[in-house]
Amino acid sequence: MRSPLGRAIGLGSAKEGVEHWWIQRVTAIALVPLILWFVIAVIGLVGTDLETMQNWVGRPLPAILLVLLLIATFYHMSLGLQVVVEDYVHTELAKLALVIVIRLFCFAFTVAGIFAVLMIAVGSS
Amino acid sequence: MRSADRPLSPHLQIYRWQLTSVLSILHRAAGIALSAGTILLVWWLVAAASGPEAYDEVEDFLGSWLGLMLLFGWTVSLFYHLCNGIRHLVWDTGHALDLKSVYTGGWVVVGATGLLTFVAWVVGISRWVS
Repeated sequence: MRSPLGRAIGLGSAKEGVEHWWIQRVTAIALVPLILWFVIAVIGLVGTDLETMQNWVGRPLPAILLVLLLIATFYHMSLGLQVVVEDYVHTELAKLALVIVIRLFCFAFTVAGIFAVLMIAVGSS
Repeated sequence: MRSADRPLSPHLQIYRWQLTSVLSILHRAAGIALSAGTILLVWWLVAAASGPEAYDEVEDFLGSWLGLMLLFGWTVSLFYHLCNGIRHLVWDTGHALDLKSVYTGGWVVVGATGLLTFVAWVVGISRWVS
């Protein structure tokens, strides 16, 4: 289903759309239980002090789930924001710049979050 | 024909909003709001790793009116995006795509969002004051 002109110009699908769509769904499915767990855990921490919070993060299961939550959240977020930018930003340069900023922000914040969790976990063990 | 001469649709001044399109827009808006909220998540974790002073700053901010309002907004956004996301996942399997189911599911999502937000804040506040 491609016109001769389209074939000659070489524009069209980058053949990566399915992967984007699929990973957005996989991370969404992962986030359903992770977010519910996180909300319940955070409500449990309301009114407690730093030490309680550090002891909680330092336990293996919360630490592992927090790392998984950070990875799934920022992956899902970077895919979602990319679609928003691609839908509304029509200047090629601005679109490219924003997608790159989103990617870098998400990667940096994933690393920062995981590092913080590991630091607390190592410190409290 | 120049594209600028064509009538634009939808005609916003006589446009009747529908639940379907409003929920669709809100899903995106909630996603963008939650993206901003991830800054708080990472700030909270990094502060807890840094020590009492940094952690106090986060707690002071969250206890302020601005902090509480943002937190409430993020709670609503989170539960809405979660519930409506599940609705989207159901659609992805090819189910519930007829008009009646789309509207029923939409109202279920609105109700569930309200209920979950209410429960979360009631439990949270009762823990806060005790």
